[in-house]
Amino acid sequence: MYNAKYIVPGIVVFLILATLPFWWSSIFVPGYKTPELALPKDQDKCIESADYMKANHMQMLNDWRDRVVRQGERLYTATDGKVYEMSLQNTCMKCHTNKAEFCDKCHDTASVNPYCWQCHQAPRGNEQ
Amino acid sequence: MSKTRRDFLKIAGISALGLGCSALPAAASEEGLAAAPAADAPAADTMNPHALTATRWGMAIFTRKIKGPEHFKQIISACHSYHNVPKIPKHKNEIKWIWEDSFEHTFTEKESHYLAEDVKMMDFLLLCNHCDNPPCVRVCPTKATFKRDWDGIVMMDMHRCIGCRFCMAACPYGSRSFNFGDPRPYIKELNPDYPTRMRGVVEKCDFCVERLAQGMMPACVEASEGALVFGDLDDPNSDVRKALRENFSIRRKTSLGTQPSVYYII
Repeated sequence: MYNAKYIVPGIVVFLILATLPFWWSSIFVPGYKTPELALPKDQDKCIESADYMKANHMQMLNDWRDRVVRQGERLYTATDGKVYEMSLQNTCMKCHTNKAEFCDKCHDTASVNPYCWQCHQAPRGNEQ
Repeated sequence: MSKTRRDFLKIAGISALGLGCSALPAAASEEGLAAAPAADAPAADTMNPHALTATRWGMAIFTRKIKGPEHFKQIISACHSYHNVPKIPKHKNEIKWIWEDSFEHTFTEKESHYLAEDVKMMDFLLLCNHCDNPPCVRVCPTKATFKRDWDGIVMMDMHRCIGCRFCMAACPYGSRSFNFGDPRPYIKELNPDYPTRMRGVVEKCDFCVERLAQGMMPACVEASEGALVFGDLDDPNSDVRKALRENFSIRRKTSLGTQPSVYYII
């Protein structure tokens, strides 16, 4: 092999750089921690189970907005039979009054930026 | 096989008879359709039991019962403050759901040289006419604006609007406004029960669908002290129909064939 004194260090530098994201994050970046959310104090459960809401709240909200705006349906019957008004602003945010400590914490961690809040109003408690 | 003229006429006669018979049941079922409620109306268990329903919402405006600029202001601000409609000073960017204008601007087809002086000086309330044949719906490429078949309200779906403004070009009544910028800084007091809009969407009056769903009359009707009458145009016993039966009324730009459902009692 000719020019080995250039090629071998070159390969080593390339490998270090190429794998940088993997070992950098495993050494220097603290591990992922599920964010601590401020749950509503006066409620012990959401309209569906917490696991379901964690996994499906986005689909549910999407489904709600179509049903309300396009089909004119306004009420949602939960699995336990309780009936709720389908409204982000007037149902969800009446319990989850702290958007900064509830919605934003997860969304920031997961780097998700829904634009719901450009129209729908966050509860007054968050407006400082 | 050769056909004589006599054979041809026989077959043609029988075919015509058959066609005539097949049209009969179709005609019968059309009569039935008118009475049955629209198929895609929301199911009763998804609606508030107090919700106001109709098969064709409409409005009659007693123009002479509106007394002066204060009364206009009261009606307009009731709507605009409820729906978080921004007050933007620059005329070009103005957002309006309900507003007032002169006779000449309102009834462009009814121009007359010798109009009664008081009518000529009068102002009229303008809003979305919720047409039977809405041109805005026809041109919308995303179906963001659509007509609810079961009650005739022409709705805006802000989630779908891409801000192309075809609907603004199509609407002959100028009922649509475009958000050139973020409207929130121009809203003095936010109504926490109703969303605002974002930059880049078109908006307009929606006959207060959300209030009807809760069993309340539209905000303008409530604030009008009887000058606006709202109800079901399909129901001959409704307040609107009564008002229209007892008074002479006109509509805006009827020659365009959009069939507006806002009637003006002059």
